[in-house]
Amino acid sequence: MSTLSMRQHGVLRSFSNLLYRRSNLYLLLLLVPPLLWFGVVYLGSLFALLGQSFYTFDDFTMSVLPEFTLANYKNLFEIANADIVLRTFFMAVAVTIASIFLAFPMAYYMARYASGVEKGFFYVAVMLPMWASYIVKAYGWTVILAKGGIVYWVIDRLGLTQGLEAFLALPYVGGNTLSTSHIGRFMVFTYIWLPFMILPIQAALERVPPSLLQASADLGARPAQTFRNVLLPLAIPGVIAGSIFTFSLTLGDYIIPQLIGPSGLFIGTMVYTMQGSIGNIPMAAAFTVVPIVLIGIYLNLAKRLGAFDAL
Amino acid sequence: MRFKRSVDTGQPRAPHWLKGLAYGGLVFLHFPILMIVIYAFNTEESAFSFPIKGWTLRWFAEAAARQDVLDAVWLSLKVAACATVLAMILGTMAAAALYRRVFFGKDAITMMLIIPIALPGIITGIALLAAFKMLGLEPNFWTIVIGHATFCVVMVYNNVVARFRRIPHSLVEASMDLGADGFMTFRRVVLPQIATALLAGGILAFALSFDELIVTTFTAGHEKTLPIWLLNQLTRPRDAPVTNVVAMLIMLITTVPILLAYYLTKGTESVAGSSK
Repeated sequence: MSTLSMRQHGVLRSFSNLLYRRSNLYLLLLLVPPLLWFGVVYLGSLFALLGQSFYTFDDFTMSVLPEFTLANYKNLFEIANADIVLRTFFMAVAVTIASIFLAFPMAYYMARYASGVEKGFFYVAVMLPMWASYIVKAYGWTVILAKGGIVYWVIDRLGLTQGLEAFLALPYVGGNTLSTSHIGRFMVFTYIWLPFMILPIQAALERVPPSLLQASADLGARPAQTFRNVLLPLAIPGVIAGSIFTFSLTLGDYIIPQLIGPSGLFIGTMVYTMQGSIGNIPMAAAFTVVPIVLIGIYLNLAKRLGAFDAL
Repeated sequence: MRFKRSVDTGQPRAPHWLKGLAYGGLVFLHFPILMIVIYAFNTEESAFSFPIKGWTLRWFAEAAARQDVLDAVWLSLKVAACATVLAMILGTMAAAALYRRVFFGKDAITMMLIIPIALPGIITGIALLAAFKMLGLEPNFWTIVIGHATFCVVMVYNNVVARFRRIPHSLVEASMDLGADGFMTFRRVVLPQIATALLAGGILAFALSFDELIVTTFTAGHEKTLPIWLLNQLTRPRDAPVTNVVAMLIMLITTVPILLAYYLTKGTESVAGSSK
């Protein structure tokens, strides 16, 4: 660099030297914009929401008054509202369990048997549906489950229409048609969040050194024993990580319950209705506290069980 | 575990049932996507009967002529571009600050970056809406961008921080010893090293923003991004053919960048897109 340009850059250079010597200042300057964004915009919003859950909503004038009340939280325990919470909770649990069972063989195959081109193929083939547009995937299922659509056609061809109707007549799983049944909604949820379970389990299994499994075999364990006593405990952190996604995403979803399945609100749909047409943000805010608390309890439980120790 | 080994590679061979389950799972994951593609060429106007009645390209022309579709595409592209730029700047700064130094509150800051994608989108959405209302801000283009940038930062951060950790710090020191100042070092040494990770993170952020629906429904007001347009469309069965075409288009716009991001970061220890 010539002396001339050095003099031109003098201010900049001394500034950059200052940053290099005072690395705390450098760190601070780097951190201020992201911190402002997340600390003020994001956390600020979250606290604003939390604060509003203690505000009073006047049913008469349909307006929010900044008066402290616990009424919104008390309302959560009314039968109709508790029903919504339980319905959402059990769906989230069912979806999580189903995802674990569907994801495990795939993740296991990816981690232990696929290699080279096949591994890359699996990786992309799991990642693409995960990233593909959420609303398009949900829409795809309404097309698949529609009356006269492909599922009905296949079942008709197999001569199982009567069986399907008997199945749909069952309480808690059935509904009028496939696309308005509990089982339909459950399938769509499981489909949409499945990749979020596959990849963490795969990552956890990938970290298990093959020598560990060989050692187990050398010490006389049968394959089933090795699987249960060596592999499974090491896969648990992956399962937990995945289940945090499936559980939390199902708890907060409000699009799928609108598109597929019987009427009956979910936490998400309730929040949306409360804030939208009615404008009752305090009650909507109280409802959003439910998934936060449930996820908090779940994380705490997972931690107590030692799920994060192996990470 | 006693694996069956194939003679030539020494790689353990999977039992048939396991292989079947794994590939069956892949079929399940791609089935709805395939259906969307098939139905985009369907001649039938208002139902989804299967087998489909016939093939046509007519709806593509019809969708391309619809002003509401074009407006929605344009809005979504603009939002995604702005959110991506913001996320790239904030994410890179956070990564540069957090990758090496250990300091008080570091874990809390990392946590804070992750919360927007760990918490259900509805919470982020309604929290932002409540805050905008308190500030008296009407939902508009920029409120959508703010929402999107918030959960896009972590995409860029994850990719860039992984790359930062792999750059030896001696490179930076050598550059300084040779007389470059901090800015020049960043431009000539650091930036080329992190470029592909930054690009991959940016692409992921773009894809995430482009099809985000849940947060957007709260922050968009009357604006219609493409996913919101599609959601509104689902209550209009008469428009089904155009909806099918747009659905396929959204699918393409989001999957191509993901493949691109994957190839940009392939072979490094953390591959882009492995967490959403």
